[in-house]
Amino acid sequence: MNRPIRVLVAKPGLDGHDRGAKVIARALRDAGMEVIYTGLRQTPEQIVAAAVQEDVDVVAMSLLSGAHNHLFPKVVNLLKGEGVDDVLVLGGGVIPDDDIPFLLESGVEAIFTPGTPTKDVIDFINTNIKRK
Amino acid sequence: MDIQERLLKRDKRACARLISMLENNDEEAINIIKRLFNKTGSAYVIGITGPPGSGKSTLTDRLTKELRKEGKRVGILAIDPTSPFSGGAILGDRIRMSDLALDKDVFIRSMGTRGFLGGVSKATWGAVKILDMYGCDYIFIETVGVGQSEIDIVKMADTVLMVLIPNMGDDIQAIKAGIMEIADVFAINKSDLDGADKTKMEIEMNLDLNEKKEYRPPVVKVSAQKNEDIDILLRKLRDHEKYLKDTELIHQIRQRNLKTEILQLAEEEILRMIMDKAYENDLLEELSIKVEKREENPYTAKEKIVALIKD
Ligand SMILES: Nc1nc2c(ncn2[C@@H]2O[C@H](COP(=O)(O)OP(=O)(O)OP(=O)(O)O)[C@@H](O)[C@H]2O)c(=O)[nH]1
Ligand SMILES: [Mg+2]
Repeated sequence: MNRPIRVLVAKPGLDGHDRGAKVIARALRDAGMEVIYTGLRQTPEQIVAAAVQEDVDVVAMSLLSGAHNHLFPKVVNLLKGEGVDDVLVLGGGVIPDDDIPFLLESGVEAIFTPGTPTKDVIDFINTNIKRK
Repeated sequence: MDIQERLLKRDKRACARLISMLENNDEEAINIIKRLFNKTGSAYVIGITGPPGSGKSTLTDRLTKELRKEGKRVGILAIDPTSPFSGGAILGDRIRMSDLALDKDVFIRSMGTRGFLGGVSKATWGAVKILDMYGCDYIFIETVGVGQSEIDIVKMADTVLMVLIPNMGDDIQAIKAGIMEIADVFAINKSDLDGADKTKMEIEMNLDLNEKKEYRPPVVKVSAQKNEDIDILLRKLRDHEKYLKDTELIHQIRQRNLKTEILQLAEEEILRMIMDKAYENDLLEELSIKVEKREENPYTAKEKIVALIKD
């Protein structure tokens, strides 16, 4: 692909920690991607609006507050509602193993828990990107 | 419905996709611009520049909200630097514009410079046209945080807003050299901090030096964070717009900008032709080996490549 992959790195929910999000943003940049970082406490509606306007290939969300079972699927559904079907939705953060199957079923493409090497995330994006 | 129709029906996804296509040199996007170009020109373009961290994004957010009160449709192109090492970028201007994301009459797009110098990206020229066709009344272009004179924004915008802050120390000296000529309006942002009056005075003193001009750029103290005096700043921007339109100077400025744009496009095309020829059949490889052995010299090697594109 001779264009940079565009990734929206978003922090939904109310927790005020964006260290993880910033680490992943930098790693993706260093892998040649254009990362749009939207800051803390974004609502699913804001995330989807930004994803549309920025025409991203990937929406990567990071969440520590425990609201992932609600917020991640909501973003997936809002994207569908906008007719967006070529965006890869990824989730990260403190997510109990038990919740992962539900999230994958609801359309989140992959979940990365703390300690995942950033390389795995980069590889996943490069392999699974939906738009050429 | 094809993408062109969708753009004209103000479909955000179509607008977003067209900007991407343009960034990736897609022929179809260029054809759409060719077809619809005569419909452009009604959007008013304001370039926002100034040193890193001076508050350009926060101010863009505030000015946009002010324009929204009048029902104006606003497009924002926010440019951040692309890493020369990886080709990637972190585009963070949206952080300061979160509230605008859901406004159906605001369109925000972040762009990496992708190797282009001068505080903007090559695709910014085209993106402005797409936002114009999309129906924006005003378009803000936020440049990369730059301070020097090489600011291409002046070649894209109708009005240039320079954002400065108090207590810039010696930086202001360096900046002044390049900016006094390009700014149409000055904002001293972060005027909630000490020292804004001093910065304003310094700028005013510099402006006194070229008093001969008919239009004198106003210097407005604002606080984007505290949302203070944004209305005054907007009024000054629109005064400049009105001045350009009343005097018809707007046509001169736009024509000057278009000269740069046309040359820029020509330059790009010729560069691409040279690159194609240089790498075709390993020509550059071959020539450089000969030059290294002193069988050939760089000048005749260059002539051989250029000769190939001349016919
Ligand atoms: N005190 C004060 N801080 C401000 C004001 N406006 C912006 N800031 C802060 O200045 C910092 C930078 O603001 P931005 O709007 O991101 O500045 P910018 O010029 O867009 O920065 P770059 O795009 O990185 O060059 C942020 O922490 C803002 O909250 C202001 O009026 N007063
Ligand atoms: Mg900014």
